[in-house]
Amino acid sequence: MALLDFCRLDEKINLRPVDSLASFQNDVMGFSQNFVNSTQLATPPFANPVETLAQFNTKDETGKQIKIEFDHGTTTLGFRYKGGVLLAVDSRATGGQFIGSQSMKKIVEINDYLLGTLAGGAADCVYWDRVLAKQCRLYELRNRERISVAAASKLMANMVYNYKGMGLSMGMMLAGIDKRGAQLYYVDSEGTRTPGKVFSVGSGSVYAFGVLDSGYSWDLTDLEAQELGRRAIYHATHRDAYSGGIIRVYHISEKGWVNVSNEDCSELHYKYRAEKGEPED
Amino acid sequence: MSNINLQCLLGIQCNDFVMIAADQTNSHSIMVMKDDEEKIYKISDRLVMGVIGDSGDTTQFAEYIAKNIQLYKMRNGYELGPTAAANFTRRNLAEYLRSSTPYFVNVLMAGYDKENGPELYFMDYLASSVKVPFACHGFGGYLSLSIMDRYHKKDATEQEAYEILKKCITEVHKRLFVSLPNFQVTVVNRDGIKTLPVINSASLK
Repeated sequence: MALLDFCRLDEKINLRPVDSLASFQNDVMGFSQNFVNSTQLATPPFANPVETLAQFNTKDETGKQIKIEFDHGTTTLGFRYKGGVLLAVDSRATGGQFIGSQSMKKIVEINDYLLGTLAGGAADCVYWDRVLAKQCRLYELRNRERISVAAASKLMANMVYNYKGMGLSMGMMLAGIDKRGAQLYYVDSEGTRTPGKVFSVGSGSVYAFGVLDSGYSWDLTDLEAQELGRRAIYHATHRDAYSGGIIRVYHISEKGWVNVSNEDCSELHYKYRAEKGEPED
Repeated sequence: MSNINLQCLLGIQCNDFVMIAADQTNSHSIMVMKDDEEKIYKISDRLVMGVIGDSGDTTQFAEYIAKNIQLYKMRNGYELGPTAAANFTRRNLAEYLRSSTPYFVNVLMAGYDKENGPELYFMDYLASSVKVPFACHGFGGYLSLSIMDRYHKKDATEQEAYEILKKCITEVHKRLFVSLPNFQVTVVNRDGIKTLPVINSASLK
């Protein structure tokens, strides 16, 4: 054994008895760490969690078909223009073909000057946005000033980057006002973090981008911007089965954010149809 | 699915300078999220690194390397040269490759060494590292490599190298099925790092 220690082989190979690897106490500690530290989630004790856990989506050990489908499917968008930042989102939460909710709040109010949007796994988004809100509040208390959007987005990106490849699924936009003016960042569970002017995230984003890009310009008035965001989400809810419900529009200016409107997409549908002069049927 | 090969990095090393170009597209599945992303990172006064690969990994890795090289400078009072920095980077890639969290990144490292002049290192995600006179990453690289073979010469000026990059990018625009509209260009020479104008279809006319 002396030679073993001398060669430092014990650091390379595990020679301890098998049961010491998986002691009950360690498991309890490991799986409840998040009560003490919200960024320390229990991770599956095997390699490639994404692929391994995907087996749960097919059959269980008795050969019975089981399916775990997480809440998914969204359209969210955000853009910067001369009047600040505008965010618009739908409110439908789906699990596979099932509509779980038509009234979800996909814009999280982190503080009076900072908003986050949710897309992807509903549970992941809600959890990590809460953690982020906590971190931002702590920053404010420690430093006696509000956190910048750049810093907040980096906190988020770094937190979720630690879980890259473990099956987190989220695409979020962080929007706010700080010393540098209006800011918009895109952050996702791959670890991407990037500032930009126009973003849209979620299954309906392809449709939203179409309307958004063709109507966007930097010099939009506040009203035009709100209508553009609303319209883009409306058209996404029209074509994307996983998007729908209430269309929420938020605007951020130097004074902080305001919730501009929350309108039912089906009411908007008939409103827009009437504007087009098409008959109601 | 990774889009590592849908991105593009180009690099040319001549007697007095080394120049690298990187596309500026940030795409997710079928969508282009951004076309003004910066993929060339400044590491120190005479060292830059072009990084493409898995989103997230690229920034995390580039910043990790950059900060560690800065830390080395603070601790020891002298800087890592391009060769040392490339070895350090390669070593890190190799160690992470054999961990549960490998960095999926392809890298071109360009630097100016006081003794040896300009140097270009080609590194891929499998942690190979080669010192080369010119190199490319991605599908765009397949189209560009022959152009570099044909036109590269050791004593080219910065303008001539910029023209070679333009030739490569014209070919990428013409023959590659993905859209890489903008390329940022950075040159490193005796005087330090300099950003050159972005190459896009407007500037190619």
